[in-house]
Amino acid sequence: MSVTRQAHPAKSAAEIPEATRLRLFQLQVEIRHTEKRAYDLFLQNLVKGTSHLALGQEAVAAGFAAAMNKDDYTFCTYRGHHHTLARGASMVSVLGELMGRQCGLMNGKGGSMHLTSVEHGVMGSYAIVGAHLPTAAGAAWSAQYRGTKQVAVAFFGDGATNIGAFHEALNLAAVWKLPVIFCCENNMYMEYTPISAVTAVKHPAADRAASYGLPRQVIDGNDADVVYSTARDAVAKARSGGGPSLIECLTYRHSGHSRADPAKYRPKEELEEWMKRDPVALYRARLLVAGVSEAKLAQIESESMAKLDRATETAKVSPTPALESAMTDVWADGGNAWRN
Amino acid sequence: MAQLSYRDAVAAGIAQEMRRDERVVLFGEDTAAAGGVFKTTVGLFEEFGPRRVKDTPISELAILGAAMGAAMTGLRPVAEIMFSDFLACCWDYVANEIAKTRYMSDGQITIPLVIRTANGAGSRFGAQHSQSVENWAMAIPGIKVIAPSNPADAKGLLAAAIRDPDPVLFFEHKSLLANKGEVPDGEHVEPLGKASMLRTGTDATIIALAAMVPRALKAAEALAAEHGISATVIDVRSLVPLDTKTILAESARTGRVFTVEENPRLCGWGAEIASIIQEEAFSALKGPIIRITTPHVPLPSADQLEDAVVPSVARIVAEVKRGLGRTA
Repeated sequence: MSVTRQAHPAKSAAEIPEATRLRLFQLQVEIRHTEKRAYDLFLQNLVKGTSHLALGQEAVAAGFAAAMNKDDYTFCTYRGHHHTLARGASMVSVLGELMGRQCGLMNGKGGSMHLTSVEHGVMGSYAIVGAHLPTAAGAAWSAQYRGTKQVAVAFFGDGATNIGAFHEALNLAAVWKLPVIFCCENNMYMEYTPISAVTAVKHPAADRAASYGLPRQVIDGNDADVVYSTARDAVAKARSGGGPSLIECLTYRHSGHSRADPAKYRPKEELEEWMKRDPVALYRARLLVAGVSEAKLAQIESESMAKLDRATETAKVSPTPALESAMTDVWADGGNAWRN
Repeated sequence: MAQLSYRDAVAAGIAQEMRRDERVVLFGEDTAAAGGVFKTTVGLFEEFGPRRVKDTPISELAILGAAMGAAMTGLRPVAEIMFSDFLACCWDYVANEIAKTRYMSDGQITIPLVIRTANGAGSRFGAQHSQSVENWAMAIPGIKVIAPSNPADAKGLLAAAIRDPDPVLFFEHKSLLANKGEVPDGEHVEPLGKASMLRTGTDATIIALAAMVPRALKAAEALAAEHGISATVIDVRSLVPLDTKTILAESARTGRVFTVEENPRLCGWGAEIASIIQEEAFSALKGPIIRITTPHVPLPSADQLEDAVVPSVARIVAEVKRGLGRTA
């Protein structure tokens, strides 16, 4: 399968300032390194439970994060490491959560599928498919009501487009003209099944946009410049009262659905084709062509790896959570009392 | 004191809180312009306008999802799910999202919202519009569960629920909506988590909720007048948090405990209360705790059938007499 580049209204990549492009590269590299490290830590049995890596989908996270304001809201799925990192959560806080350590974002109480960092606008990662789309709409409604000009972005997979919450959220957001962006990371597979085998339309998100009076947008989700400029336009539209957007980013996960999945159901040729379109490698090559020095790119890569190594060691020696913490924070008073 | 109907008390409770707190917003299906299908939100759209009182599509997922997103970002939403039976359509939000997100986020996120819903039988609507589902909610850590039995509590407990920093599922009983009662003038807030002692007796302790409370009171009157049985009646009001202190003390005082529950038999709220009493006040009991419940069947529609399954005054009287070994 090859990616068909779609015409899209964003400005050309040349108009993106170099500082932003270096930032896009750095974010992608840091996500790539961290996700690979997360996988290594699985193999060492230091990460328990499940995990859904976003290897191959880095450009979507980087492009959106670079286009958002610090106080904008991100709502992720269980495949949310990349967005959480891209919004600014530290490597140690993400890896620590995966490893169930005190240094984790949620002190080991949420785990890989529920990464949350409110101080970075990451309002949670949700593991029931589609559930966070109405929630993002609600956050956008709150921003609209409070007049804060904040924007909410919900990221979800292609599989979420066939669940009711997707459609209910799109409709409500359109009717109430909410400052929310629905970003579908179409990685071609809903878990182990090709999305095309279970969906009535070719583009699972974009082909539904007309149902909610929204323009159809399909973009190359492996091109960080395209994602960034598309996100920037959608954010500007939402912030200025123009209402919601639905953006389908074509992308591909390099690994299986989850830790348990070797992804043998994918044709070899398809995988090879997409590996040629690795977003990180593509972006690196583009920056070189644009005149960024090899030394500069290598420096970003080595700094990312050094930061990751430090984060990994810090997380490894971080204590496991105090057992009492299993009983805290059910309620706003910090406790769990259901009786007197 | 003003005489208000239960439905007007609901609207009064919401209005009281909307006047004092700009963050409170109200929305649901037919909630705004129509004033609610049960007329529990009449006048609010007119007073507070379309920005704060909104109609939604028939989208229960969107209603609770939006309420959650709004609550976690600074609003105090009051979301209406028209019939409590419809909570099944959006149970993911109650069970997985709203109740758990504070815990999973290690306290980063709080979700101060109220889900109001019309619960219970009496309207002959059949099995999908008449259920009492309070016991569903009680099983989930992270959500408070309130069910008032009279107009004063409808207003006061709803006001407290709106002020509460945690999510609250608030059950308004359909068969109580027309009931009138005294509601204190001025600001009225009743704390959550306190049972209400409505009558004190020496022979039996009857523990009831919502529409079963007025029936339990009538039964207690009949037991006293016709059978010489003196019964305490407790209105639980709040299933979570649960006022076990009052329940345990009053159960121990008579030693004979009866629950009156509209929910179907299995895992009804009274089962948990019975479990707590036998574990913590066993030596004070003079006989088994008896649960008077709707049998474990879906609710039928015909009035004779519905009346036959939901606990009635006559059945409460008969069960208490039987439990106390009175045959006459």
